[in-house]
Amino acid sequence: MPYLELQRLHKEFGDFTAIEELDIALETAEFLSLLGPSGCGKTTALRIVAGFETPTSGRVVVDGNDVTNVPANRRDMGMVFQAYSLFPNMTAEGNVEFGLRVRRQSGVARRRRVEELLELVGLSGAAKRYPHQLSGGMQQRVALARALAIEPRVLLLDEPLSALDAKVRVQLREEIRRLQTQLGITTLYVTHDQEEALSISDRVAVLSHGQIEQIGAPADIYNEPGTPFVAEFIGTMNRLEGAVADDAYVQVGGTILPVADARGLPRGEKVLVLVRPETLQLERADGGAASGALVGEVLAHIFLGPITRVKVMAGDHELSADLPGPRAAELPIGSRVAARFPAEAGRVLGLSEPAAFSEPATAGQ
Amino acid sequence: MTRRMPRSGWVWLGIGAAYFFIPLAATLEFSLKEASGYGFSSYRQILEDPEFRDLLWVSFKLSVETIVLSVLIMVPGVYCVHLSYPRVRPVVEFLSVLPFVVPPIILVIGLLDFYNVDRAPRWFIENPWFLVPGYVVLSFPFMFRALDVSFRSIDVHTLTEASHSLGAGWTTTLLRVILPNIAAGALAGAFLTFALVMGEFTMAHIALFNTFPTYINYIGQTQANPAAALTIISFGLTWLALLGILLVGRRPGRGVAPVAGR
Repeated sequence: MPYLELQRLHKEFGDFTAIEELDIALETAEFLSLLGPSGCGKTTALRIVAGFETPTSGRVVVDGNDVTNVPANRRDMGMVFQAYSLFPNMTAEGNVEFGLRVRRQSGVARRRRVEELLELVGLSGAAKRYPHQLSGGMQQRVALARALAIEPRVLLLDEPLSALDAKVRVQLREEIRRLQTQLGITTLYVTHDQEEALSISDRVAVLSHGQIEQIGAPADIYNEPGTPFVAEFIGTMNRLEGAVADDAYVQVGGTILPVADARGLPRGEKVLVLVRPETLQLERADGGAASGALVGEVLAHIFLGPITRVKVMAGDHELSADLPGPRAAELPIGSRVAARFPAEAGRVLGLSEPAAFSEPATAGQ
Repeated sequence: MTRRMPRSGWVWLGIGAAYFFIPLAATLEFSLKEASGYGFSSYRQILEDPEFRDLLWVSFKLSVETIVLSVLIMVPGVYCVHLSYPRVRPVVEFLSVLPFVVPPIILVIGLLDFYNVDRAPRWFIENPWFLVPGYVVLSFPFMFRALDVSFRSIDVHTLTEASHSLGAGWTTTLLRVILPNIAAGALAGAFLTFALVMGEFTMAHIALFNTFPTYINYIGQTQANPAAALTIISFGLTWLALLGILLVGRRPGRGVAPVAGR
């Protein structure tokens, strides 16, 4: 049985619909991320679970109990905010202790728990410091310790890393995941950063316009995007518009490409072929046309450290291919290249799909 | 600050200091004058006057009562406006400055009419407490501004939600989380209110109550040298109060420092 359920949640603010319909179920100790661009309803969903907003309709169920109408202070949910949530008048220690004081725990038990938690987030030495004496990363660690101190039933995180430097962000997200696994706490995480969501979650729910576009394991979301929106939002994707030619072949422009995923589709159907830049292969094409490949001209090189992204203009399509540096150097700007990809690497989506298409929320379980 | 002040700065500072200290020095000199030479007889006369102590005490009590009532109304009020009704803030701001626009003399006539003998209990009308509601209204502009600035400097929403998510109710949130972080503003408002009540003459005079300011006025009109002594005394008292509040506000770890550090 799922531990935390969002059942048919719907939320309107006046004329604005923040959440169309949301159905999500988290297993005990699962780490699920709500991922989407700003305005997709992810934060609203989290705030409804926390009890800061009331849904227009739908229910929030924790461990079989409907908590939709339980006030936030009786829900036992630990929440970590974006920033500035520490009480400025209390030390790190005082902040962590606050929830325990409210629960009227005895002084000895309280002090032991505070020590334990500050130790857990690696801040034992900063117990007596005030929030303004702590760095942004340290403040979020204290906020995490404070949320965990009350032994919450669910841990909620609302873009907790978005205000931090890139390096601290990566470090802290690994730590959040480590703590979450160690404590086995059911966690709902909101972020707009796809890399963040993919790297720490058991499952990711991609949201757009208040609806789930796709929900599933990070690898599935990345490798098999279910909708054009997901394909666009998660990582970089080459989009090739074309029509199904023969079985397992798609015609893009004047070229016929082998695409295994197109097998069984009716001939002539308009489709979108999605190819990751890392699966696209480039070779010099000094001669004329190369069969099974898109021919074009190298537009630009973008240096990305371990790889170089080569931009190619092929007909109407601007393609991106990620190559190791030395390989890219063999294809200078202006040279003619043939771009191909393994037949299994292309993902096919129907173009005639209605815009509001979404897979059922429970898919992938 | 190691930067030296330019010469023109010293000139302006000198002019400012002169403007402030010359009248004070003149008053001090006059208050020490006796029939022949100088002495403290005027001060002795004032300090030995039982009315001085009684009325100082009356005004002090009125100040404290006004501050308590004003804080009780304004802190939750401004908190509520910042948290839930930010769009009403300009309206509240406008209302809070009304006492500057409507002179106290109008206010007190209105109050006298409102609390006429038939409507209010006698013990209330015959007691200087009668002045407190009016003084609370007069304190609004000071209290509102001081609190408003404090509330703006903290993230009211996040702090409130953080407190709630940790299990605290409204009272605990207000007393343990919000109040300590706006204490500096509340203290500033309280001090201004204190100074206001200790010097408010119009309302007390028209409503026929004797307070410290009406006493100063009475002495001023009847005895010249003791009046100067009284001015110096009341000046000293005000400064002591200011000093006290500064010291309280500077207590480490409280309001002032963390708010300023953000």
